[in-house]
Amino acid sequence: MPAELETVERVRRIDVDQYRYGFETIIESDKAPKGLSEDTVRFISAKKNEPAWMLEWRLEAFRRWQTMQEPEWARVSYPKIDYQDVYYYSAPKKKPELASLDEVDPEILKTYEKLGIPLREQEVLAGVVRPEGERRVAVDAVFDSVSVATTFQKELKEAGVIFMPISQAIREHPELVQKYLGTVVPTSDNFFATLNSAVFSDGSFVYLPPGVRCPMELSTYFRINERNTGQFERTLIIADKGAYVSYLEGCTAPQRDENQLHAAVVELVAHDDAEIKYSTVQNWYPGNSEGKGGVYNFVTKRGDCRGKNSKISWTQVETGSAITWKYPSCILRGDNSRGEFYSIAISNGFQQVDSGTKMIHLGKNTTSRIISKGIAAGKSQNTYRGLVSAHRKATGARNFTACDSLLIGDKCGAHTVPYVEAKNSSALFEHEATTSKISEDVLFYCVQRGLSQEEAVGLVVNGFVKDVLQQLPMEFAVEAQKLISISLEGSVG
Amino acid sequence: MPLLEVKNLQVRVEEREILHGLSLTVNEGEVHAIMGPNGSGKSTLSHVIAGKPGYEVTGGEILFKGEDLLAMSPDERAAKGVFLAFQYPVEIPGVATMTFLRTALNAQRKARGEPELSTPDFLKKVRSVAASLNIPQEMLRRGVNVGFSGGEKKRNEVLQMALFEPSICILDEMDSGLDIDALRIAADGVNALRSQGRAMVVITHYQRLLNYIVPDYVHVMSKGRVVKSGGKDLALELEESGYAQFEDQAA
Repeated sequence: MPAELETVERVRRIDVDQYRYGFETIIESDKAPKGLSEDTVRFISAKKNEPAWMLEWRLEAFRRWQTMQEPEWARVSYPKIDYQDVYYYSAPKKKPELASLDEVDPEILKTYEKLGIPLREQEVLAGVVRPEGERRVAVDAVFDSVSVATTFQKELKEAGVIFMPISQAIREHPELVQKYLGTVVPTSDNFFATLNSAVFSDGSFVYLPPGVRCPMELSTYFRINERNTGQFERTLIIADKGAYVSYLEGCTAPQRDENQLHAAVVELVAHDDAEIKYSTVQNWYPGNSEGKGGVYNFVTKRGDCRGKNSKISWTQVETGSAITWKYPSCILRGDNSRGEFYSIAISNGFQQVDSGTKMIHLGKNTTSRIISKGIAAGKSQNTYRGLVSAHRKATGARNFTACDSLLIGDKCGAHTVPYVEAKNSSALFEHEATTSKISEDVLFYCVQRGLSQEEAVGLVVNGFVKDVLQQLPMEFAVEAQKLISISLEGSVG
Repeated sequence: MPLLEVKNLQVRVEEREILHGLSLTVNEGEVHAIMGPNGSGKSTLSHVIAGKPGYEVTGGEILFKGEDLLAMSPDERAAKGVFLAFQYPVEIPGVATMTFLRTALNAQRKARGEPELSTPDFLKKVRSVAASLNIPQEMLRRGVNVGFSGGEKKRNEVLQMALFEPSICILDEMDSGLDIDALRIAADGVNALRSQGRAMVVITHYQRLLNYIVPDYVHVMSKGRVVKSGGKDLALELEESGYAQFEDQAA
């Protein structure tokens, strides 16, 4: 196919073929005109056949956004974004209304295959019946901005779990969406969250009724695939009383030479005795060897432990993006609720990462744990920024924080900016931080035993992040381990 | 053809010459001891053979199985059969010893174009070697050398030597930091690996180690040169007379 060859050639020419997951799938898309106005918001809403209340909600966010300033406090620098030069909506043209993955455009499936993702999807495709009791993964595939296929829908339905694109939930479960949307991350929260509220295209919606333990891991693979298209995902997960869900999100993006704006919002709500585990592996295009291009990733992720004894756990492996601005947080509102944040943030080349978490202790005897591992290589800058706070009524709040940074080479930087606020005298907060450099002696020891320089770095780094990797579901941990080695290629020697 | 030939090797570290034309020939099956006072260049020699960065070779050559060793990267040398037992083995937190052994062994096999060892075969091999060295399974599950005693670290080096089956083993001050019992266990492990096809270069400051690993040849280094070579008796002689006489000679 000459068009494909041309893409391959172009990628080669711009010398960005170091990015293994960089390629572009040729699918016609249906996009809104460039730029942002009330008309854009209306266009998106209309495309989604949204009810009037949703359009109103978006418009209100848009009006507010126009009065807001882009935040500048993070340790990241990038050329000013022209928000009128961005496409805010694009959808694959062959509008999918599919019952199964079989009907998905083969081009899209090929993309997944190149990503090395598809094993389980392919099994589903081929109609392979897995042995009873084996762990399964349901995939709500987000391709560009529209969910193109959903699997395992039926079994989830039997369990009472609602797992669908949020656009569909808005139409089919308006009472749930209206009740929860924007209650964790309000439309007025911050510049990027407000922008998302106005123009979000799609995302996942999960609702677990009381007492339901989700029978499988839920996962969504996000891909950004349209030149110059902002990606505005919106995810809403609600675990009602006593429910449990583990949600996996994995992202990779194709090669490109222009910056891409990404501003997602994820809201989690855990009621009494409920637990939500949210895992992310993020591998968007980080830019080329001169620091050109790459995804700008401004994400607002927040979980609300609304009920007593509830628990929310964030685990993230961040390896991609030119700019990462991301602080998955927990509001520990319910008594005895617990928040966890496990993070691996790797930066190489010219990447800039400013990431961390906020643990807001409001209820009594709330506990939180933060384990952050930052690895900086090349000419990158890697910042951990975190807040742990106990409010006046948060009697017996407990936090443990460990922030470890590892430097590879002498042109990168690691920074730790922890904010700790205790307004209740019974709060007990612990903070540990270390910064170390990957030692020449350790590397030489490994290569003397036959490992290549890159294998050695991968091994040492995987050892460094082991505590966090263990928090990931098994199948993700293996992918993440590979990804870590890939992201550090060329960081030494 | 000799296994290892070091010819007139000159090495600098940051503008300072450490080795001034050192020559050494090691044949298959031979055990050579290299003795000398601190600062005589013994460790530099072992590092240069293994390919540690930071050393500049300004003259001479090293042939290993007739090939130019200095042109190879350190991992290539390892795959070709060069093993350096470190004086101070490093700790690698979070990487289980078992994982490390397996990754390294398979990397070497891959470089030689051999298939990876299957998990059962690998485990069988490690277990039998570990048992012979008195290494408990629990130690193999811990991070590489993390929390190991001096003796355990050295035994872990011998374990790797046994597992990788190198053609030449360079033991850099294996006795440092070991009490007599630990030394005996490590030395027994080394002796078990002596064979027709394998050579050893034992670098040591003290004669004591050579009571346990008895060499075929002894070389005395001083100020970056081999100043005297002989049989195993030379080591005993040194024990009596000390290194002072050679220091004068070299100067």
